[in-house]
Amino acid sequence: MGYVAVKGGIQAIEESIKRLKYERLKKGTVLDSQQIEGGMRCLIDQVMSESSLYCETLTAMAIKQAEGSPEEAVFLLRAYRSTLPRKHYSRTVQSEEMLVERRISSSFKEIPGGQILGAAMDYTHRLIDFDLNKETDDEAIKWVCEYALESGVDNDQTNLSNLPKTLDYLREEGLISTCEINYDEPDDVTKESLHFPTSRSQRLQILTRGQTGAVTSLGYAALRSYGALHPTVGELRIGNLPIYVDSPFLEQNEDGDAYYIGEIKVTEVETLFPEEIQKGNGEKEIEFDIGYGICYGQNETKAIAMSILDRCLEAANPEYPIHNEEFVLLHIDSVESTGFISHLKLPHYVTFQSKLDSVRKTKK
Amino acid sequence: MRIEYNFAFFDEGSKREIRRATLKAVAIPGYQVPFASREMPIARGWGTGGLQLTLSLVGKEDILKVIDQGSDESVNAVNIKKLIIKTTGIKVTDETSEATIIQSRHRIPEIPLQAGQILVLQVPLPEPLRYYEPSELETKKLHAEQEYSGAWLMLFEQIMNYGTMSTGADHPAMVHDRYVMAPSPIPRFDNPKLNHSQALILLGAGREKKVYAVPPYTRVESLAFEDFSFEVESFQDKCCGLCGAKGVFLDEILDDLTGETFHQCNDTSYCLQRLNQKSAG
Ligand SMILES: [Zn+2]
Repeated sequence: MGYVAVKGGIQAIEESIKRLKYERLKKGTVLDSQQIEGGMRCLIDQVMSESSLYCETLTAMAIKQAEGSPEEAVFLLRAYRSTLPRKHYSRTVQSEEMLVERRISSSFKEIPGGQILGAAMDYTHRLIDFDLNKETDDEAIKWVCEYALESGVDNDQTNLSNLPKTLDYLREEGLISTCEINYDEPDDVTKESLHFPTSRSQRLQILTRGQTGAVTSLGYAALRSYGALHPTVGELRIGNLPIYVDSPFLEQNEDGDAYYIGEIKVTEVETLFPEEIQKGNGEKEIEFDIGYGICYGQNETKAIAMSILDRCLEAANPEYPIHNEEFVLLHIDSVESTGFISHLKLPHYVTFQSKLDSVRKTKK
Repeated sequence: MRIEYNFAFFDEGSKREIRRATLKAVAIPGYQVPFASREMPIARGWGTGGLQLTLSLVGKEDILKVIDQGSDESVNAVNIKKLIIKTTGIKVTDETSEATIIQSRHRIPEIPLQAGQILVLQVPLPEPLRYYEPSELETKKLHAEQEYSGAWLMLFEQIMNYGTMSTGADHPAMVHDRYVMAPSPIPRFDNPKLNHSQALILLGAGREKKVYAVPPYTRVESLAFEDFSFEVESFQDKCCGLCGAKGVFLDEILDDLTGETFHQCNDTSYCLQRLNQKSAG
C-alpha cells in the first residue's frame, strides 16, 4: 500500500538500527576510541570546534559512534551539550598568555620572538606514505623517545608563554587605529538566540562554531570576488590557553582567588585589510583594519576564513551577500543546515496532498 | 565514562528557560518569541522545536501522543516517542482524547481537542512573511508595525495568476486581530480548528529558534478576502476506504495491484477507533 506507514513503523526502525550496527562492525574489527584520540587529532579538533564542546575523549567516542562522519559526531556532541547545566563562566582569556606551539606571520619576515613553524602539513608533499601501512606501536614508541632526546637539547631561551603580538608593532606605529578594550559582558548565543543587527560577540561565536566547510567556502567567496580585498595574515598562532574560573564562594575575587581548571588548544588568527580613511580636510589615508578568527584546536583554514568573514560582517557592504550577516550567520551551522536538508527525507504527504488540491483547483 | 541523563533530557535550568519563553508566547498570541533553542538528539527540521516544548512541559503524570502527518506509527513519530519515553518513562497513547500532551507534525487530530489538553505543533518555518521578505530584521519590523500588505498581496497575486489561493498547507492566519501567524504546514483543512480551540496550542520552531502560541478560545482567522473566501481542501464525496468516514482529511493512495486510486483517513488513530467501534457494535 505504498508509503503510508499504517503499522509496523516501530519494527522497521529497530531493524534499520540493527543494520546500522552491522555496517559498523561487519569487517570484524572494533575501533578503540583511544586510538581515535591518538591518531585522529585533526578530525577531533574539527569536531570539537564545530560542536563548541572541548573534550577530546568525548569527541573520540562521538567519532566512533558516528563512524567518522563529522556532521554526525558534531550532532552527537551538540545534543549532549544541551544536557549540561552551565554553572560558571571562565575569566576572560588573554591570548597573549598562550603557550605557543606554532606561530607564523606572512606580513613580516622577522617578528619579535621569531617565526615558529611547529607542526603543520603545509610543508609536506601530499604523497601517500605507503610505509604507514607497516607502522607498529613499538616503532612509534621508539621514535617518540628518540625525538624527545633530540629536542631536549634545544638551547633556545625564548619564553613561549609570553610572546608579543605581531600587530602590536603596527599599532605602535599608528598604522592600526587603537581601540579601547571592551569590557561589556559578551552575549551568549547558546543562552539567547540571535537577534539582528547582531553584536560582534554574537558574530564571533556563530563563526567559530560554524561548519568548517561552510566557513571556508564563504571566506573563499569573499576573497575571490564577493567582497574582501586581499588580506594578509598578520599573525597565526596555535597553542594552549589556561582557563581560570572565579571562586563561587567569594563576593569579590582577587587575582589569586581564581581556580585553574585546565587548558584548551586554539588557533588564533589576526588578518590585516588595507582600508581607506577619509580625513577631515578631504584627504585620504590608508590604515589597516583587522579581521579576527579563533577556533578550538588546530583549525588553520577555518580560523583564517573566520577572520575574513569577521571583517566582511563588520564592513557590511550591502553589495555583497558575504557582508550580509543574516546570509552568513544563519547558514553556516552544521547541525542546522544538515538537519533541515535531511528533513526532506521525512514524509510530506499531507503537505503534498494540500498542494495537489491547490494545483488541481488552478487547472479548473 | 558513563553518564545518566536528567528527567526529560534537559537540565532543569534549560527547561525553565523554555517555559519562560512559552509563557510569554501565551501572553502575546501569535507573536514569535525567540528562545535559545537547544540542539537535540534528533535532527533540526525533524521536530526539535516541538520536542523542546514537550520536554520542558512534561511531568510524570502526563500521557503523550505523537503523530507525524496524521500517523502515530510513522518513523519520525515513533522516534520522538521513543526518545521521550526513554528520558521520562511516561505513558504514551494513540488515542487523542486520552492524551494530555499531543505533539504533532502537520496535522491537528480529527477528534476535537478538549480543555486542558496541549497540542504542540512542530514548525519548520515560523515566519509567514519569509516568502516575500528574506531578512529577519525586516520581518520583525513588519510584525511590529502590523504591516501585512505583503501577505495580502501575495494571496491577491495568486488569485490573479491561478484563479485560486494556491497556498497549499501553512496558509497564514490572523491571530486575535494582531499577528499574522504561520500555522505550521497543517493542511488548510485544519486551519479552522485553531479558531476558539479549547486546548492550548503551542508551536515550536527549533532551527529558527522561535516559540509561539494560540491560547484557548483565541480568535484565529485564515487570511482571505471579503469577495474571495478561504477554502479548505475538498475531497468532494470521497470517503475513507476503510472506515467510511466523510468530512475528514483523506490520503490519496495508489493501489499497486489495480492501479486505482482510493482514499483513507489521514488520521490513523481516528480511523482505527471507528473500525473498532464498528466491529464492537
Ligand atoms: Zn478511515
